[in-house]
Amino acid sequence: MDPAGNPNKPSPPKPLPSTHLLGGGTPMCAGCGGLEAVHEIYDILGPKTVFVNAAGCLTLLAVYPFTPFRGSWLYTAMASAPAGAQGVRDALEVLLQKGRLAPEDDLEVVVLTGDGAAYGMGLSATSSAIERGLNFIYICYDNEGFGNTGQQYSEATPHGARTATSRGPRGFPGYKKDLFAIWTAHRPAYAATVVGAEPLDLARKIEKAKGISGPRLILALAPCPTGWDYEPHKTAEIGKLAVKTGLWPLKEYVDGQVMHTKIPRPRLPVEEYLKTQGRFAHLFHPCRNDALIAELQAWVDAYWDQVK
Amino acid sequence: MIRTLLTGNGAAAWGVRLAGVDYVPAFPITPQTEIIETLAQWIDMGEMEARLVTLESEHAMLTAAGAAAATGVRVFTATSSQGLLYAMEMLYTVAGWRAPFVMVNVSRGLSAPITLEPDHNDILAARDSGFLQIHCATCQEILDSILLAYRLAEDQGVRLPVIVNLDGFYLSFTREPVAIPDQEAVRHFLGPYDPESIQFRASQPLSLAVAVLGGSQYSYFRYEMHLAAQNALAVYDRIAAEFAHRFGRRHDAVETYRAEDAEVVFVMMGSFATKAMDAVDRLRDAGRSVGLVRPRLIRPWPEARLRELLLGKKGAAVIDQNISLGKGGVLFTELAAALYGRQGAPLLTSFIGGLGGRDITREEFFEMADLTQKAAQNGQAPPPRLLYTEAEWREIKKMQAIAHAERQRLRQ
Repeated sequence: MDPAGNPNKPSPPKPLPSTHLLGGGTPMCAGCGGLEAVHEIYDILGPKTVFVNAAGCLTLLAVYPFTPFRGSWLYTAMASAPAGAQGVRDALEVLLQKGRLAPEDDLEVVVLTGDGAAYGMGLSATSSAIERGLNFIYICYDNEGFGNTGQQYSEATPHGARTATSRGPRGFPGYKKDLFAIWTAHRPAYAATVVGAEPLDLARKIEKAKGISGPRLILALAPCPTGWDYEPHKTAEIGKLAVKTGLWPLKEYVDGQVMHTKIPRPRLPVEEYLKTQGRFAHLFHPCRNDALIAELQAWVDAYWDQVK
Repeated sequence: MIRTLLTGNGAAAWGVRLAGVDYVPAFPITPQTEIIETLAQWIDMGEMEARLVTLESEHAMLTAAGAAAATGVRVFTATSSQGLLYAMEMLYTVAGWRAPFVMVNVSRGLSAPITLEPDHNDILAARDSGFLQIHCATCQEILDSILLAYRLAEDQGVRLPVIVNLDGFYLSFTREPVAIPDQEAVRHFLGPYDPESIQFRASQPLSLAVAVLGGSQYSYFRYEMHLAAQNALAVYDRIAAEFAHRFGRRHDAVETYRAEDAEVVFVMMGSFATKAMDAVDRLRDAGRSVGLVRPRLIRPWPEARLRELLLGKKGAAVIDQNISLGKGGVLFTELAAALYGRQGAPLLTSFIGGLGGRDITREEFFEMADLTQKAAQNGQAPPPRLLYTEAEWREIKKMQAIAHAERQRLRQ
């Protein structure tokens, strides 16, 4: 909310941080969209954080004896990173309450998880942490599959995508689960979708989340060159196309309301996005699958039709 | 000292209260629930200055316990049976964080079939997790063992979590007179929680539980845990002596009953060992040279002490309240490994009993002593025995016949 008290009025522009906090030289794949988002997020959250990690690609950010983080890190397991965040947050509260921790030594507790855990195995722990009103930020880098094990389909995989476990002509038969809606059904303090390719939108949301306490979701689309099958230098372009075609709506949830922060006008046809990635190549070769392309377009159209 | 009638669960809660625990991540499961209910009540009434949070599963509960300990507070948690198994991934995981805390497990048999009553298959499934294990036979021992467990877990040379185990129903819901130690005396014994180098602070960034690449790094950390667990043997003896000095009660790593001059001993753990004590008394009255050896520490395994106690005996009847399906008793295997190839090793016999709370009767103890004595005389160990009486066999056949007849009737 700006000083005038108008929640809908965008805040005045603020320059993005010019120094980058997350160190380089990590073993992430070239062009990793998850790492791109985490770089941008970390610049704003800063080192007074403890990242509580669930098993996924980004678990390999911290490999003994090195870490790119200037702040703290705790790897837990695949299913229970939010419970790890609960333990850390509760312990910090107890220490503050009993005068055993200086207030300036307090930390922002941040869960870092991939979609494999966030949409599936970790959902129970996540739902319960939100229900308890846990004061934490939950970052999901969503590369729409079990990326770390070679991109098998997950509950976040889009309809029709080819993955290591859906190689047939129709690709993945399921539909991407709506994690944002699942979160907002819990009435959290804040929820937002972001993508590294839209750094200003991302920065504004992280800045906003930072100033709120309670459960906060940052759901980042994470274009994945190895899993989605495209050249690493195209990560930003594909991220932008996800937004411009309307496939990845940028939005936020504040005070019970969902608002779209970037409405693509005019919306590009979804095939502009689909044809950039090998995981959708079977929709175009050897012959065009008009029905499936139309189905994906209809889903996007229906979504935006209900956005006022 | 005044003694109060407490259930095993009540005694556990008192241990936690006296230990000055800061944080209790919880999840209900029979027969453990009374522990967390008691703590929740004290916290709500302002009698205990701690935070209790109910998680959505034991897996999450163990994660929160480890994470809170790693942030620098004294943590307690409790579970049982299916809950312990549900949390198993995190038992192994948080032990590796080297952030010590104490957990109570109230032993209960494992599904399937699902049951409520005790045996030790649940706790023995955690044997190799890195948690140390103290097994109790009385309510007093439960309270005292929790205090000992914090000292052991937090010792500089150990830094591993500890499970205090008690048997469901037989201890959890049985009232016994318990001396509740003085709060100040406990405070002197335990001291405040010292997180050492493991704590999350803005001014001291810490990366904990990071991945390793390669077996050499992995082995380094696993060996460190193993050596720390082995250190815990000497540490335990030291703190048990200090505890005895301060509170007047000894709880050795291995407890014995009339074992010193015995030719044959029962070897078993947990509350059913008190049944063995009764049998020992009666056998002694009948002029038989029988005693009891009860390891309280299962991890670390007090191998040297067990050798001291058992080498030179004629026979040892190992009674396992667990069954490693397709092999047999776990305690038997561990003991056999400790004694193998040693001069003067007793002849070992193996008995499985007390599964799912099944009683072990006095007559069965007599029979086991008898069989072991005879086996020792002729130098030939009989095959392992699964305790089951003809009356039980008839009862189960009767139930099956009734169910069968009922089904036939419904089909007509």
